[in-house]
Amino acid sequence: MIEVKDLHKSFGDAHILKGISTTFEKGKTNLIIGQSGSGKTVFLKCLLGLFNYEEGSIAYDGKIFSKLSEDEKRNIRAEIGMVFQGSALFDSMTIEENVMFPLRMFTKMAKSEMQDRADFVLKRVNLDDAHKKMPSEASGGMQKRVAIARAIVNKPKYLFCDEPNSGLDPKTSMVIDNLIQEITDEYQITTVINSHDMNSVMEIGEKIVFLKNGYKEWEGSNENIFKTDNKAVTNFVYSSELFKKVRKMYLEEDQ
Amino acid sequence: MTYLQNIGAYFLMIAEMFRKPTKWSVMRTLILKDIDDLIIGSLGIIAFISFFVGGVITIQTALNIDNPLIPGYLVGFATRQSIILEFAPTFTSIIMAGKVGSFITSSIGTMRVTEQIDALEVMGINSLNYLVFPKTIALMLYPFAIAIGMFLGILGGMAACVFGGYSTLQDYITGIQTDFETFHVAYAFIKTFVFAIILATVPSFYGYYMKGGALEVGKASTTAFVWTSVVIILLNYLLTDMLLG
Repeated sequence: MIEVKDLHKSFGDAHILKGISTTFEKGKTNLIIGQSGSGKTVFLKCLLGLFNYEEGSIAYDGKIFSKLSEDEKRNIRAEIGMVFQGSALFDSMTIEENVMFPLRMFTKMAKSEMQDRADFVLKRVNLDDAHKKMPSEASGGMQKRVAIARAIVNKPKYLFCDEPNSGLDPKTSMVIDNLIQEITDEYQITTVINSHDMNSVMEIGEKIVFLKNGYKEWEGSNENIFKTDNKAVTNFVYSSELFKKVRKMYLEEDQ
Repeated sequence: MTYLQNIGAYFLMIAEMFRKPTKWSVMRTLILKDIDDLIIGSLGIIAFISFFVGGVITIQTALNIDNPLIPGYLVGFATRQSIILEFAPTFTSIIMAGKVGSFITSSIGTMRVTEQIDALEVMGINSLNYLVFPKTIALMLYPFAIAIGMFLGILGGMAACVFGGYSTLQDYITGIQTDFETFHVAYAFIKTFVFAIILATVPSFYGYYMKGGALEVGKASTTAFVWTSVVIILLNYLLTDMLLG
């Protein structure tokens, strides 16, 4: 579980995050949504420890990150898996080497053990025959699946995904969403996804945090986001005709 | 002010490079890969340029000293001095600032743009140690490449001298043995060692701290080449003054 309390982050005079408090629960897919410029990426980078923040706290299973020693911080980071928006695969390594990388860095496994583990996770993300390919030879969807495999290979307690569906077709997006949800459930990981894809919200948003102008405007689940009266949320969610119809359907069901 | 900030950031980067070292088994692989990319991969161009510039120095010297009072062995002497003291250590390093330097800046810069450096940081890896340290260690072998350059430069001079008919082989060999001071070779290697550190770290600095996209990677490579060359030229002056002055 990750607990965020009163988080503030500024860049010079620009106050980006304005007192965000929320909780991301274990075994659930938690989504951070909001328009571009709402502070989603900055929030995610604060959660990852890539940005320092001025006020507030972030606690990983009760351990407040900013109060930990460097060694303790390193231990927490070793428990984090991250799927970057552009996959961020190391382009000088094969797909298999990319997946084995966290194991090489943080474990004392024998090469055969690492190989077995890499085989297992690549099979888990349905990439049985791509081991020796270079990332540049893989499609966008394949690269995302490799990034997920790399993120989960060291059995992380926390999984972060920055816009995992960006640049993917709707069908591949759904495959990636389902994969993330299955993995979260299977390994009981605390998963936090940064997204503005409403399909993801509907499919896997067990907990949703909606950000607007650096504030937490709303939080809830994918079921009650379609029933909320919060104007900022409804403006964001029902910007497309499709979701207007979905809302209508939900409201009719309730009546 | 920006220059001062950059100088400060550069030295902080050097200090950070030694913190949280990467696992030795991984580091060994990185160092070997960088030796292959930066040293072995540069031997061809160093050999080619050294051989032909050695030849040109010989021809130029021979054509400019046609006075019968000047001994013929001076051609070999001048070629040796030019190559050992300046051409091999300094001018080869300027050429390497273009070849190795732009490779380092663009590869690290591309990793920055494509979030690969963020991926390393998220995993708790000291990305500066992972990326810059092995390049610095690999370039410690740079003096060996320069030694090959010195040998081939003098050999190129000999070939030009003999086959071009500018002097006799005997005169050339006498020239390269005349007043030979071993400290001059030591001086050249001291300079090369310092330039190797500059060649590894200045381009890494510009690649690591770049912001933006593909266009900025290109700009960073150009800036890195300019500043690496400037630093090499300035240090060349200071080292020459300190060691030979």
